[in-house]
Amino acid sequence: MIEALGVAFAYPGGQMLRFNDVTVEQGGTLLLRGPSGSGKSTWLALVAGLLTPSAGVLRVAGQAVAALGPSARDAWRARNVGFLPQKLHLSDALTVADNLALVYFAAGMPVDRTAIAQGLAALGVADLAGRKPAQLSGGQAQRVALARALLLRPRVVLADEPTASLDDAACATALQLLQRTAQACGATLVVATHDARVLQALPQAQVLGFQAVAGGVAP
Amino acid sequence: MNVFTLSWRYLWSRPLATVLNLLLLALGLASMAFVLIARDKVDRAFERDLAGIDLVVGAKGSPMQLILAGVFHLDVPPGNIALADVQQLQQHPQVAQLIPLSLGDNVAGFRIVGTTAAYPAHYGATLASGALWQEPMQAVLGAQVAARTGLQLGQGFVGAHGLGAGGAVHAEAAYTVTGVLKPCGCVLDRLVLTATESVWKVHDDMHATDDMDDEDRAALAADREITLALITYSTPLAAVSFPRFVNDSTAMQAAAPAVEITRLLSMVGVGTRVFQGLGVVLLGVAALSVFIALWSAVRERRTDLAMLRMLGASPQKVGALLLCEALWLAALACVLGLLAAHGLVALLGAMLMAEQSLAITGWQWVHTEVWVPVLALGVALLAAGLPALGAYRLDVTQLLNSR
Repeated sequence: MIEALGVAFAYPGGQMLRFNDVTVEQGGTLLLRGPSGSGKSTWLALVAGLLTPSAGVLRVAGQAVAALGPSARDAWRARNVGFLPQKLHLSDALTVADNLALVYFAAGMPVDRTAIAQGLAALGVADLAGRKPAQLSGGQAQRVALARALLLRPRVVLADEPTASLDDAACATALQLLQRTAQACGATLVVATHDARVLQALPQAQVLGFQAVAGGVAP
Repeated sequence: MNVFTLSWRYLWSRPLATVLNLLLLALGLASMAFVLIARDKVDRAFERDLAGIDLVVGAKGSPMQLILAGVFHLDVPPGNIALADVQQLQQHPQVAQLIPLSLGDNVAGFRIVGTTAAYPAHYGATLASGALWQEPMQAVLGAQVAARTGLQLGQGFVGAHGLGAGGAVHAEAAYTVTGVLKPCGCVLDRLVLTATESVWKVHDDMHATDDMDDEDRAALAADREITLALITYSTPLAAVSFPRFVNDSTAMQAAAPAVEITRLLSMVGVGTRVFQGLGVVLLGVAALSVFIALWSAVRERRTDLAMLRMLGASPQKVGALLLCEALWLAALACVLGLLAAHGLVALLGAMLMAEQSLAITGWQWVHTEVWVPVLALGVALLAAGLPALGAYRLDVTQLLNSR
């Protein structure tokens, strides 16, 4: 569940960004819609606990993230937030399996190779465990990144422009996969996008609109 | 997966850069370690051979030459001294022990030294087999001499004139091996010891002619000479007055080993400092190279590191990852550098042994080597500090904004 009431964020330059209120039930889907630079990424960072709201109440999976100290917030994020960035950011220095093992490293947990194998198998990419990301196709890489995001069964999955570089067919497949796997985990799915196809593919999703920031874009 | 295994994998994801940095760092450390080890070994070799010898008395000339010839057997002696003069010195109250040494011949390049039983006793040498000489023309071989020449107990050999191989052979005067010394790691290992009379006998025979009568032979005996004498004082105060007494009142020269060796080491020290300076420059270059490698790694992997933060890794953990990469480099370079340095010292030892010079072993830990890992750690931390700080301060929200 995500509950955002009167949330605002002041950028270091002094510019204040105020966000619309929204409440998403656990397991629900939320689309953040708006043009580039309208503050969608900032909202994702607030939900992930990477930034702290300047005002308002933001509760994620029952936790007021801003109330946690920096270390506790990192630990909370490791256990509760899965992240699917637009560029996927799989490390070319590591194999697919080790990219997933980074999740355990970041969380300070012992690596569970069985869970990694199961996570990859659930997305149909079990046979890619030993490969390097550079050897994967775009679709394969996206599945691996999704497996990484869902490995610890997070309460919230944040997807940032997941369809930006996909054609129509791949876009539909990726979104179905994203929603299906997030639901299977019981995670709340948040998708930040300015892609109109996402709204069509996820018609039941709640939408949080973002406006272009006056005088330019959100820093 | 922990910070050590992950940093190891990141390190070898750029194998060429890693190997180059490793080589640079290892070269710098090896040159520093080589100086430390070699200096220590040479110092110890000098100390071992000098043990308890307060003064060397010989013919007038260069005092350092006298020390190098008489104590370390590395140089030719400046000349001979009269046995009668030496015997007078032996009676001096400030002399506790006087060991005569007579040089002049060699076997296979190893010096034959005419002396007394006090000489091997002075170094605490023990016999591996056989016994000390009982009469002239019997000889005891140092361990290295026995190993290199293959001479056995009871076997005979002849000396050649001069202190290096290749002199005229004294074919008419053969020695018999009566004993072989255990290795002592000192100068005795590369010497052939015999009675002083053996050296006289060989050279009397050389110079005596058939028409010499007993009177001539007696005159020859009265003119007996030895090459030099090693003296131990009976009192430390002798160091002040005794050398001056010898230099001013006799036809001989007194040289204090401690003074001459300090002078020698200070001359060698210039080369040592040049080598150390080279090591510092190499280490500086290595530190810069490691810094550049880690700095560019932070830049290249900024998104990887930001992703780690996004996954929940603390800034400390991300910074530690970079530090660990540098520590891996330091640890590997340290091992390689020390191995290379010990190997070089062993090579130096083998070369010196081939020239019957100082006994130096390369494969022994020297306590000053403890500075090498400390130095490596310092270089690694210095080089990794700023990149690690960069990783620590990474702005994760940039990852969210990167399109």
